[in-house]
Amino acid sequence: MADTAAKPSAPPAIRLSGISKSFGSVRANRDIDLTVRKASIHGIVGENGAGKSTLMSILYGFYQADSGTIEVGGDKVSIPHSQAAIDLGIGMVHQHFMLVHNFTVLENIMLGAEGAALLSGGIARARAELKQIEKDYQLEVDPDALIEDLPVGLQQRVEILKALYRGADILILDEPTGVLTPAEADHLFRILQRLREEGKTVILITHKLREIMAVTDMVSVMRQGQIVDTVPTAQTSVEAIAEKMVGRRVLLRVDKKPSKPGPVKLSVRDLTVVDSRNVPMVKNVGLDIRAGEIVGIAGVAGNGQSHLIETIAGIRQPTLGSVELNGEKLDYKTLDPASLRDEGLAHVPEDRHHMGLVLPFEENENAILGYHNNPAFGNGPFLSISAIRDHARERIEQYDIRPPDCRLKTANFSGGNQQKIVLAREMERDPDVLLIGQPTRGVDVGAIEFIHRRIVEMRDAGKAILLVSVELDEIRALSDRILVMFDGKIVGERGAEATEGELGLLMAGIAQSDSEVHAVPDPAMVDIAPGQAPAETQIPGERP
Amino acid sequence: MTNTLPPWVNYVLLPAINLLVAFIVSGLVVVAVGENPFKAAWLMIDGAFGSGRGIGFTLFYATNFIFTGLSVAVAIHCGLFNIGSEGQALIGGLGVALACLWLGAYVPWWLVLPVAIVMGAGFGAAWGFLPGYLQAVRGSHVVITTIMFNFIAASLMNWLLVDWLRPAGQMGPETAVFADGGWLPKLTGLLNLFGADIRNTPLNLSFFVALICCLLVWVLIWRTRFGYSIRTMGLSPSAAKYAGIRPARTVIIAMMISGGLAGLMSLNPVMGDLHRLTLDIVQGAGFVGIAVALMGRNHPVGIVLAAILFGMLYQGGAELAFDMPTITRDMIVVIQGLVILFAGALEHMFRPQLTRFFLAMHRRGVSPEAEGAA
Repeated sequence: MADTAAKPSAPPAIRLSGISKSFGSVRANRDIDLTVRKASIHGIVGENGAGKSTLMSILYGFYQADSGTIEVGGDKVSIPHSQAAIDLGIGMVHQHFMLVHNFTVLENIMLGAEGAALLSGGIARARAELKQIEKDYQLEVDPDALIEDLPVGLQQRVEILKALYRGADILILDEPTGVLTPAEADHLFRILQRLREEGKTVILITHKLREIMAVTDMVSVMRQGQIVDTVPTAQTSVEAIAEKMVGRRVLLRVDKKPSKPGPVKLSVRDLTVVDSRNVPMVKNVGLDIRAGEIVGIAGVAGNGQSHLIETIAGIRQPTLGSVELNGEKLDYKTLDPASLRDEGLAHVPEDRHHMGLVLPFEENENAILGYHNNPAFGNGPFLSISAIRDHARERIEQYDIRPPDCRLKTANFSGGNQQKIVLAREMERDPDVLLIGQPTRGVDVGAIEFIHRRIVEMRDAGKAILLVSVELDEIRALSDRILVMFDGKIVGERGAEATEGELGLLMAGIAQSDSEVHAVPDPAMVDIAPGQAPAETQIPGERP
Repeated sequence: MTNTLPPWVNYVLLPAINLLVAFIVSGLVVVAVGENPFKAAWLMIDGAFGSGRGIGFTLFYATNFIFTGLSVAVAIHCGLFNIGSEGQALIGGLGVALACLWLGAYVPWWLVLPVAIVMGAGFGAAWGFLPGYLQAVRGSHVVITTIMFNFIAASLMNWLLVDWLRPAGQMGPETAVFADGGWLPKLTGLLNLFGADIRNTPLNLSFFVALICCLLVWVLIWRTRFGYSIRTMGLSPSAAKYAGIRPARTVIIAMMISGGLAGLMSLNPVMGDLHRLTLDIVQGAGFVGIAVALMGRNHPVGIVLAAILFGMLYQGGAELAFDMPTITRDMIVVIQGLVILFAGALEHMFRPQLTRFFLAMHRRGVSPEAEGAA
């Protein structure tokens, strides 16, 4: 935590006064006042749907505020589009990188700022300028590397360089660490601190309170479209911020009794899975999950966890190996996800937007996704609309899904409530084995608590649960046993008491794994998967 | 954060504005050739709706467009762009004609009709099956294959009509005229009850078959398990896979239903009007179906309304071309093209402005107690 660098007399980098923004009847931002000092790192935290993204979109010119004023560097401005924001020196690094994968770093940075109709002059100029920026901020990236060959950590660096190249003095980062290892995240924080030393202002939007504590000077907490508090980070605590976010005290630790493991419910042996390009993504994985235990798989996204869980669920075909459910070997040649559900295997997919839900559907329609052939929801080939809606209303009630409207389009629910729709559907079918991927990705603190409690309840009811998450805190809080996956292999097993550092090193593939010892390179430059086809494993947009 | 326009704006006002703009631009075209656009518009509307005869023709054309519109819509619900309704309708015509030729001399029309429906739909479905199979199993894009199958259908029919189905001694490539059992009743009597004189128009019982198909399509898409699979597939193939919906099977069956509906279209011209099979029974209705489905938002009610609109353009356009010699048949096609352009391809052109307008209206009207809702 750095101390406050700017003098109070200097005009603030940004001053927002009375900003309000509504979408229909939803008031996304209400009368927001926010002052961001020059050369500071200002964190904005809040639950999903609290209005953080809307506020930043107003600042970046994606939306127009209904009322209120924006001052940048002491001057009142209007920002009708993102080009105006760029002209004012505001840069944005999006959660999902906006990079052209088959362009080089330099080409991506020039994109939209080519300078002339012909590229040749611009390239040389851009290269020189980029070199200077890289030197000033210690942000080294090979300008001629293709984006698709770069690990996510470096791709993010390119995004930051892109903003700086456009002359950004104020940098907005939206959930920047979602795809990074702890080591990469730490490196990012060093970059941000360096930027601050050079006089840049950084606005960090995140839901990870640890990051707020680690790197920000000031923190603003948003709740229900309003800023409920802005305090110097040094004068607050994780618990205090969390409480302000949800308006009450939350349980960050999960209360659970020791597990009472029963018989093995799910048994995976020598499982190997290749992706569409024939690159092995899961290599010889074996694991057992017993009734009444939660086995967590820790790992940086893209190290085979997704392929593992999707293969067990029947979405992908295994190349080699076998899976036994309740002691019976599964024949994936004949089973599909629907018949596996009948066998007692439920699956909460990692990506609720692309897999777990059909966003344009009404909520009640999504509440039967995968179960639409169930006799309970109709007669013969027909669906019973009343049965489906009654079922949805019941789940809405049980899981406190808000707004409690089963006819609402699913896309209009917040992330946490969307996740509850999926969880309600999969958990209430009383499965024997539950596969859960990223249960709380993009979910607000209040919903996290609820979801964690439900998962532990499922365990205590004797279900075997396989949990995949990139959130180490979550893995550690929920799991009875922790397996670490790196580069398609399980590189270690630890108990629930394993430390974050220990797991983090295993996840990065640089700690002593159970079987082999790697040399330890500079952690900052190890971008997740040394040696092993990084382009394959780390394209963030990659979908199966 | 998605826009939330009230349904009446979405489904009524927006299409109406698009249509209005299309007609304004069409009017400019009419002015450009030196005619009075208001007079032209009146001639068109009067030609389509001003007489019993006009209404009869308008609804006859609309019948074709309802079938092809439904055909395109079912495929779109499954995420498939079937532009092969044209060929599927033509091949469906073969099925209908064979049923009529085979049974028409022996049994009355009401016994021929079910067979003709099964064969017309079956032949169309078979013609939809092939692209569906190629898409689902071989990954050949359905847009490419369906448009090629249109050409194959045309060539196939040409060969069949010239070399096989043409009766001896007849010059044109067409079958013999069906016996009495191959003639669907006209709707003359029915509409005459309402005082409209639609004698001498081809409007026939197929119109009701089309309306029944609208109901069946609605039930299929929104009230059956398979319709649920189709919609899931169309909106999110990855979610469909997760749900255990078999993609290949769903795609193939959806294409067969789509082809079957297109095939049924041929009832209207073949059994209802010409009473023989010719090469030009479809007359572009398969392609108009794309515009109809687009404008009708893939919903049967919208499709009926859009089909009537295009029936009006066909019939009124023909009258206009007849009464205003400077406006040629091609000009009518231009006007139809403009309607498709504004109502179909550019249907979202005015959406941002309208959304902004309604949000502004809404905000002004927001009540203080509603503010708590977030």
